Amino acid sequence: MKSMTIGTPWQIFGILVSVITVSALLIWVERRLIGIWQDRLGPNRVGPWGLFQVAADMIKIFFKEDWIPPFADKPIFLIAPAIIMMTMLLGFVIVPFAPGVGIIDFNFGLLYFLALSSLSVYSVVLAGYASHNKYALLGSLRAAAQSISYEVFMGLSAMGVVMLAGSFNLREIVEAQRDGWFFLPQFAGLLAFTVAMVAESHRGPFDLPEAEHEIIAGFHTEYSGMKFGMFFVGEYLGVTLNSALIVTLFFGGWLGPAFLPPLFWFMLKCAVFIVFFILIRSALPRPRYDQLMNFGWKRMLPLTLLNIVVTGGLGLWMGG
Amino acid sequence: MELALFYLSALIALVSTVLVLIQFNTVHALLYLIVSLLASGFIFYLLGAYFAAVLEVIIYAGAIMVLFVFVVMMLNLGQKTIAQEKSWLYPGIWRGPFLLSSLLLLELGYTIAQAASANLGQVVDAKRVGIALFGPYLLAVEAASLLLLAGLVGSYRLGRPLRDKVSP
Repeated sequence: MKSMTIGTPWQIFGILVSVITVSALLIWVERRLIGIWQDRLGPNRVGPWGLFQVAADMIKIFFKEDWIPPFADKPIFLIAPAIIMMTMLLGFVIVPFAPGVGIIDFNFGLLYFLALSSLSVYSVVLAGYASHNKYALLGSLRAAAQSISYEVFMGLSAMGVVMLAGSFNLREIVEAQRDGWFFLPQFAGLLAFTVAMVAESHRGPFDLPEAEHEIIAGFHTEYSGMKFGMFFVGEYLGVTLNSALIVTLFFGGWLGPAFLPPLFWFMLKCAVFIVFFILIRSALPRPRYDQLMNFGWKRMLPLTLLNIVVTGGLGLWMGG
Repeated sequence: MELALFYLSALIALVSTVLVLIQFNTVHALLYLIVSLLASGFIFYLLGAYFAAVLEVIIYAGAIMVLFVFVVMMLNLGQKTIAQEKSWLYPGIWRGPFLLSSLLLLELGYTIAQAASANLGQVVDAKRVGIALFGPYLLAVEAASLLLLAGLVGSYRLGRPLRDKVSP
């Protein structure tokens, strides 16, 4: 068996540190951008442009009392926030940052990502269960049903890309896009994949598990201090990972004109999608729960199935 | 190294499966079941069946178990159910399961004694899984999908609103 590792230990450490730093910075980026889009300033007091707001928030959150409610199911309450950090960080293992930059080169990279994203649901579900709080339980029930429904077509929507590239390996998928990025032939797939990504990371407009005007804060109602911070950073890790996956599958990964290095192209495209995720959060209203379910099962699932049939049929017709 | 990893994950799978059986709290039992499924997924990986390994995690640990946890949370079982289950577990109930599982154990012992050489270290890629599924096993795949369709239609029928059954 050939070794799948491609990164040196230093590279792996560098990726870990930069990914966590980027995710923490996103807290500030999101507050600032939403502020601008809502015609206000956002946090701009601490440091230049408010850049040190993240450090201030981190110091605050570390020194807060880390309270575990006496009625909570303690072991599950403790592991729930760790699960989301772990699954999201493990997801970065297969991201192809650039040729030769990355951690492993796994033949089933795409499936590995789907497996981790389906495991990350447990974080939210268990957090709500362990809190022994009505609102938290409602939030986690919503999260479980929403994730299961949207997971179904998340995998299916990426299958068109797999058919075109002929591989589950993310590096081979990027290489297959040398003649043209997949977002044009797979536009329906891109739409469904993006929607599923937003729903899976339960961010606005699909943030019903933590809809604050209905169920307080949803699944993390009882969490405080750094445990709450882990849910928060985990969410931003998810945004970063989702952007990286969309770039890899549909927008040619590290490919781009040669005047800039491949790694830079990859980061630039990721940044565009991160900003896009923030934009849809501030631009779109939250749907009602039955609308969410209907949209998933009656619109998106048929669309992805049709996409697979058409892609497969065209592939056979063109003699692929 | 691989052998050590295999025995480690097999041990994890066995221990967590035993813990599933002896838990009183249903959600804790389900969590141990998830660990057990992850461990068996890792065993598939070590045997070279990467596709089966990843699917084990996606489908069993990631989807089916989420549904189980979902249902258990909805039912909100408490002390009353534990007492009820205890009343069902009278001594002597173990005879039937014991007989059946000892038969299985005998079978396992026989197979190990035969020392059939396992087909280890062969990497199975997605293409070969697909060819096997839609070649020799096509009938089984179709039968399974028919079964799933029947289940889907049945649950739709059961879950539809009462409106058209009862006049308002």
